[in-house]
Amino acid sequence: MKIEFRNIHKRFGAVHANNDVSFIVPTGKIYGLIGENGAGKSTLMKQLSGYFSSDSGQILLDDRPVKIVSPADAVRQGIGMLHQDPLDFPPMRLLENFMTACNHGVILPQSAALKAFNDLCKQFDFDLDPNAFVNEVTVGERQQLEIIRLLWLGVRTLILDEPTTGISAIQKVKLFQTLKKLAQQGMSILFVSHKLEDVQELCGELAVLKRGVLVGTLTAPFDERKMVQLMFDQAFELHPRSDVPLGDSALDLKDVTIVEGPNRMEHANLQVRKGEVIGIAGLEGSGQRLLMQSCAGLLRPLSGYTAINGIDLSGKGYPFFEQNGVAFLPADRLVEGLVSGMTIAEHAVLLAQKEKRPEGKGLFINWKAAIEESDSRIKDFRIKGRPESTVNSLSGGNQQRTQLALLPAKISVLIMEHPTRGLDIESANYIWDKLLKRRDQGACILYSSADLDEILQYSDRVLVCFANRIHAIVPRKELSSEDLGYLIGGKSLSDLKSLAM
Amino acid sequence: MKKLSSTQIIFGLLPLVLSLVVVSLLIIVLGQNPMTVMGTLITGAIGTDVKIADSLVAWVSLAIVSMGLMVTFRAGQWNIGMEGQIMLGAIAAYAAGRVVWNSPGVIGIPVMILAGMAGGAFWAMLVALLRIYGGVHEIFAGLGLNFVTTSITIYLISKPWKPAGSSSVSTSELLPETLWLQTLPGLRISIVAVVLALLATLLIYFSLRGTFWGLRLKAVGLNPRGATLMGVPTAPTLLSSYIVCGMAAGLAGALLLTGVRHQIVNNISSGYGFTGILIVLLAGKFPILVPLAALIFAGLGVGGTAIRLSLKLDSSLAGIVTALLVLMFEIAQGLQSKYGKTIKDQ
Repeated sequence: MKIEFRNIHKRFGAVHANNDVSFIVPTGKIYGLIGENGAGKSTLMKQLSGYFSSDSGQILLDDRPVKIVSPADAVRQGIGMLHQDPLDFPPMRLLENFMTACNHGVILPQSAALKAFNDLCKQFDFDLDPNAFVNEVTVGERQQLEIIRLLWLGVRTLILDEPTTGISAIQKVKLFQTLKKLAQQGMSILFVSHKLEDVQELCGELAVLKRGVLVGTLTAPFDERKMVQLMFDQAFELHPRSDVPLGDSALDLKDVTIVEGPNRMEHANLQVRKGEVIGIAGLEGSGQRLLMQSCAGLLRPLSGYTAINGIDLSGKGYPFFEQNGVAFLPADRLVEGLVSGMTIAEHAVLLAQKEKRPEGKGLFINWKAAIEESDSRIKDFRIKGRPESTVNSLSGGNQQRTQLALLPAKISVLIMEHPTRGLDIESANYIWDKLLKRRDQGACILYSSADLDEILQYSDRVLVCFANRIHAIVPRKELSSEDLGYLIGGKSLSDLKSLAM
Repeated sequence: MKKLSSTQIIFGLLPLVLSLVVVSLLIIVLGQNPMTVMGTLITGAIGTDVKIADSLVAWVSLAIVSMGLMVTFRAGQWNIGMEGQIMLGAIAAYAAGRVVWNSPGVIGIPVMILAGMAGGAFWAMLVALLRIYGGVHEIFAGLGLNFVTTSITIYLISKPWKPAGSSSVSTSELLPETLWLQTLPGLRISIVAVVLALLATLLIYFSLRGTFWGLRLKAVGLNPRGATLMGVPTAPTLLSSYIVCGMAAGLAGALLLTGVRHQIVNNISSGYGFTGILIVLLAGKFPILVPLAALIFAGLGVGGTAIRLSLKLDSSLAGIVTALLVLMFEIAQGLQSKYGKTIKDQ
């Protein structure tokens, strides 16, 4: 099936997620779609698969303009999508999942479905047990299930959103074989990825999105330099920074293995000294969160040695890390960092309790003093709000300022996810001023960011996560923006050195 | 500071109007005049001093129970097990009463009340422990324990606490009159019970408003994860909310025993635990309104008896009124959060 996107626009509030995107996916080809996090790849694919409607523009299937109103409608028109996280029903058996969307009247065609299931498995050399439960099988197998399910429903275009993130190397080989076979059979495949080597291996053509705009299309073999240049911004310059002398070790990870759900980071090693700023780069979900949460004591590593200020805290919980001066500011401010529905003054009272200050002790709260105290914090951090404002009524930037205003006075390790995501430049600069002040006072800072400018601007060292590994740790001075792009895409440091020569 | 917007007023009055309309329709279907029925309902609740006293008796239980539920509600918990906690409070109070059977009331009654509070707290604590350490959702734990309490009650009144020489299997032996709370002459209401209810209400109200504990409850209730990051210990906070709520339940149970029933009967809690949940649903956002809402529910309950006696309508009509009120209120809230914003934005 030939697919054409014509002048697609999609906005979410102020964000222009797809801005006049037009390109053509020919029949029987594997077409890549690459770009940074938030470039608009998934948004575009979700319009094709009927999750959203476009604000304007047209989608043409085999040169015929169509309206796709729902995912079910998309399947009827021959388009199926594999989501990044499989959208299946874990308490159900594979076969039951296989049959969920089938429209064969009232009675489920059990035996026909089973036959189709087995035939399709045989055809693609999948080893799936129709009676196994979905939550018992691997992500790769769930993906295989989803592929045969969509094929059985008769789709002729398959969209895969970051399909290689959660699966093993062997499963990846099998997936690629399957996709190539499907393409030979005339299936059009849209392959959304940020992994350069996957795209290189699989795709015949690709489109690059950046900030919602289609910045280029390429045909295989792809010039990797060109891909990186298109995907990432180029205007990096080294900002002058005050040279703070580095102190003793503030954070030590030795051979730490962290597991959360299906994600696993093995043998992580990291040492950060007082006064050091470490920027953590990598595409979303490459292990940054695992790493940062375990540095904060929010995830207990399975094994390994963790120390804060030289004090062994291996296997200890968050309260111990907190006592030793670790602060964690999560990206999802209202989900984790602040309590939605509570006022700034109420947060300040909780902080006073946490810091065991005199005004945080006793039975009754002195509300007058609490309001005065939070008022001074509000002034100090220039928060647009009042002590009585609930935090959820503040804008994103002001929520972030509130989080910072509520940091304990004594911090030795400050861990932040996306410190300035969604903030305007003025707020972002202001927040970094405040952060760097903490650094000057001797705290070390670990922060993750999807914004490479931000990573390169403030870090002393850059840590790149890739596929749930600490992929590289490079001093900022030795790192060019282009190399950072390669590292994020999974190229190893030694590859880069050889490229440079 | 905050002004009521027109949207808020509309959505506040809507449920009242809607439930009145639905109830009127229902009464018409039953072949009665809505105005007469409503009139009887009101005079039945506050028409005479006996009626007012009866409404107050119901208010004592409802006020204590719903304020107790406010505590767990603040901590984000659905303490469906309140009913069982009231029953266990009454059972514990009665057990203590058997120990102090021959003591004068000044000693016996406080002992029974304290025992009742301990019993209620213990029963609520089971829910909390199941929830925190057993990973059992509090609704299932509470509901399950409600059934357990019923079985315990039936066993106690049919075997060990059976009145001597009686074949009755539906009540325990009566407490000696020395262990009854004194009521006003000719009325069923005890001043002590009203004072205790007022005290409990004020104590909980101010604890929620002005103490560090109240703030911790709020933080855990609104966002356990965020609260943890801000240094609030989640598990002890949750546990304390259940203990306080259970103490309120036990107090209500003990007062029902010494002030109203004077013996253990099956279902001594009379559904107050569930009605309390309705009250909290209705007024929980503004704790100050909870005792007032309890007053309305108490009056409707007592008035419901009157419509049965004088109009031969089933007294459950009063229950329908209260249930509809809460339902309509919840619907109005849902509609407000869904559409209220867009009205404001325009």
